Amino acid sequence: MVGYLFLAIAIISLAGFYAGRSKAQTSVGKLSELHSLPNFHGGFIAAWIGIPSIIVVLLWLLFQGTVIDNLLLNSLPADKVDGMDQAQLSLVLSEVRSVAAGNIFGEPEPHIIAAAERYNSWYSISRWSMVAVALAMCLIALLFTRSKISGRFRARHRVERIMDGIMVVCSVIAILTTFGIVISLLVEAMRFFDLVSPLEFFFGLNWEPQIAIRADQVTGGGAFGAIPVFIGTLQIAFLAMSVATPLGLFSAIYLTEYSGPRFRKAIKPVLEILAGIPTVVYGFFAVLVVAPSMREFGATIGLDIAPNSALAAGAVMGIMLIPFVSSLSDDAISSVPDAMRHGSYGLGATKGETIVKVLLPAALPGIMGGILLATSRAIGETMIVVMAAGIIATLTMNPLEPVTTVTVQIVTLLIGDTEFDNPKTLAAFALGLVLFAVTLMLNILAQRIVRKYRERYE
Amino acid sequence: MSDTALHSPPGPIRSHDWGSASARKRVKRRYMYDRILQWVGLGSIGIGVLLLLILLSSLVNTGLPAFQTTKVTLDVFVDPKLVSPENPGKGNFRKITRDAFAKLFPDVTSRSDQRRLLKIMSSGAPFNVRKYVIKNPEVIGQNIQFSVPLSDPYDQLYKGIIPRQIEALSGGQIELGKSLEQQGLLSVEDGKTLANLTIFIDPQLVTQEDPSSGDYAPMLAEALKALFPRASPTITRDILGSDAADAVKQNVVEVPGLVGRTVQLKVPVSENFDNLHRTGTATIMNPRFGTPKVFEWYDSLAQRNLLQSKFSFELFTNADSRFPEQAGLLGAIAGSFFSLLVCFLLSFVAGIAAAIYLEEFAPKNKITDLIEVNINNLAAVPSVVFGLLGLAVFLGTFGMPRSSPLVGGMVLSLMTLPTIIIATRAALQAVPPSIREAALGVGASRHQVITHHVLPLAMPGILTGTIIGLAQALGETAPLLLIGMNAFIPSIESIGILEPATALPTQIFSWADSPERGFVSRTSAAILILLGFLFIMNATAIYLRQKFERRW
Repeated sequence: MVGYLFLAIAIISLAGFYAGRSKAQTSVGKLSELHSLPNFHGGFIAAWIGIPSIIVVLLWLLFQGTVIDNLLLNSLPADKVDGMDQAQLSLVLSEVRSVAAGNIFGEPEPHIIAAAERYNSWYSISRWSMVAVALAMCLIALLFTRSKISGRFRARHRVERIMDGIMVVCSVIAILTTFGIVISLLVEAMRFFDLVSPLEFFFGLNWEPQIAIRADQVTGGGAFGAIPVFIGTLQIAFLAMSVATPLGLFSAIYLTEYSGPRFRKAIKPVLEILAGIPTVVYGFFAVLVVAPSMREFGATIGLDIAPNSALAAGAVMGIMLIPFVSSLSDDAISSVPDAMRHGSYGLGATKGETIVKVLLPAALPGIMGGILLATSRAIGETMIVVMAAGIIATLTMNPLEPVTTVTVQIVTLLIGDTEFDNPKTLAAFALGLVLFAVTLMLNILAQRIVRKYRERYE
Repeated sequence: MSDTALHSPPGPIRSHDWGSASARKRVKRRYMYDRILQWVGLGSIGIGVLLLLILLSSLVNTGLPAFQTTKVTLDVFVDPKLVSPENPGKGNFRKITRDAFAKLFPDVTSRSDQRRLLKIMSSGAPFNVRKYVIKNPEVIGQNIQFSVPLSDPYDQLYKGIIPRQIEALSGGQIELGKSLEQQGLLSVEDGKTLANLTIFIDPQLVTQEDPSSGDYAPMLAEALKALFPRASPTITRDILGSDAADAVKQNVVEVPGLVGRTVQLKVPVSENFDNLHRTGTATIMNPRFGTPKVFEWYDSLAQRNLLQSKFSFELFTNADSRFPEQAGLLGAIAGSFFSLLVCFLLSFVAGIAAAIYLEEFAPKNKITDLIEVNINNLAAVPSVVFGLLGLAVFLGTFGMPRSSPLVGGMVLSLMTLPTIIIATRAALQAVPPSIREAALGVGASRHQVITHHVLPLAMPGILTGTIIGLAQALGETAPLLLIGMNAFIPSIESIGILEPATALPTQIFSWADSPERGFVSRTSAAILILLGFLFIMNATAIYLRQKFERRW
């Protein structure tokens, strides 16, 4: 239905394009008397036909559900819905919807069936009026814009103004995305903090986000002290960085200072492959190979390593971050001016001494920035830890035991659950807010360090 | 280098004997450090490459067998009494298929045996037959030769992935057994292996007055701990037989004076260690196969040449399934395709438009600065946060269909947008200003300069960036999980942009979580296919860049 409507709008726009073009061509004796090329006239009409009607259709589709739900709730017999809270009302709504869709289980109450019929009829009214409105808009736009076309009409300016508008809207999408992230996280996190005090969340030592199925359940109260989750996240990120930093840094040193151009050209893409492998693959690798072999190795030296230990997850995440650290350090080292290198060689320093005593100190800000960026990535990395780390939050510093992370909790709290009315799902948004804030700060810090340092040598 | 050197008073230059032994040694050491740094660097690269190779080879190793399916050829009689020609979809294919399989073993009659026998065949086999019969209704009433997959354990057995017999003891336990042997602590009496242990009969656990009610197990554990101080109790626990404590008790009951003394006693070891000592190996039947009889049946199928390994087209043409031997990737590939299509349509157009605006038209002011900082930071926001955004806004506020490729593609496009914008801006910057000036000089408007000249010249770079962005989006898992694109879709009829779907990476995640052994192999195969797609996309990007890249 909607697809056909879009198709119709596209066809009318195309027709408008040709109508405008031919009218522009025929309205003057010589083509050079036109202010704008005929295609601009056509484009002007097509844009005015297509863009407003598509916007209206999209808005209609977005809001018709909410409007019809509200109408439906108001039309339900008052004695049936009085005293119901939000959750119960949404339950009634979904029952009506499923009955309306023809999935009838058991014997629905008569008022539900009546509501389902109303629901279906309103939907078809809404759908048809949407089609009517959109097509009417197309035709009005066609008639109106076509009447404006004449030899002196400045169609090119109009079209370019429209293009400017589209481009501005597209660039604003990035800002809207950030706003969307911040607002949606804040709103849901605020709802969470209404239910659970922020003090408990940020300083509590106990994380057990189960919810009570019945009100009188003893164990189901849930505890939302996120400290064990934060510690686990930092622990895994630290383990990952202690694998990635030395390997990445030394690789970068070798590639920039020691290797020949051919070796460098051959090996860099190979290391980049590590960065291009999806993280779900690393997660599977951790579960399939790394964790069992660590466990076996641990058993031979008398250590009991948990199958989902922080060590395995951290080590695999470290592998993923090697090319990240390596390429950023590479950039930092190779952007140290050659004059410093030559000066050091001129004093008789060996290559190694030049690297350790001159290049690394000079490149340190850039390297630090790279490490910070990699850390932010380690903190936000999801799939490796979801698959290889634990789910239960234990407060421990032992890397051989399972710990859980912020991202693991977000995913496990939200998989298969969309009702945002209990602390369990809302907690995921509070965690997401913390994650977003921390990674954003790390990124800004890293970018600032890198930029400052780059200016020093430019 | 240091300040003191600069400020030292001028004087006669001290001659330095660079040839002296100590100076040579110093120089040698300095160059040795240089060499060490070089080797450490090379070693780091080596480790990185080695890890990559281990990753890929382990995936290939476990994944390749999944491209083959083991099938058994059945002689199926499509009984018109069970399948009516008018409505073949409703027929009792379960009975038809089971009868056809049971026909291969006429001498298996007991019900429990038959049940075990039928487990050799895939539980999804009736559906395979059903599909075939619906497609070819003319076979109703006839005998057809039909190949159906074996169930997972037998498929794995045929491929040699899982053995019939497995080691009953872990590697660590076998070492403990060998160590006991080497210390001469094991002896065989009456066909049973006994371990000679030094046991302290703890008076706190057992009294001289009533030795029969004492608790002897902790003493044995202590004795083992004294022998193997480093091994964990979970490993040593299985060394001794369940009757070991009773053997100690018997001794103490006979001689109550032992209490409080350290004695050497021979106690029986467990059956597995007994086997290990007497025969060198301790194996038990693989618990995946219920009874040894199944091997007879399986071997008889193999002897009659009814089993073949065939290329598994099912992997590409089937939807997901609970049975590993039937599970395919078609649904996931379609879901990924639709998501990427949506992602491409949205982010390509919007990304190019935004990049052109920022690069060519935007005035330099606070707002455009903000947009730029924003885009850079957006590229580094964790992907799971985008999932939260999609969940709260697209699903929550706008009420879009959950699990659908449309929403998945929209979330992915928000993540891909920064990549495309950054790549497009770089490509636009690379077009030399002389082109713009020439076009402006012959009377083109600024928009015409961009659309007619700059954009076509920048297109290879833009496409390269777009493909790389889409490749990232293809591997992205976490945001899709949050919007529910890990739905279990067992049929391929419901594929669409608004229908619940799954994607390749989320399918990998679901399969990796499944307990059946066969899914390990399937997961690796799915990963190989995903990596194959990524390889093709990246190779295309590199090809585009090398073929069309121009240097001015």
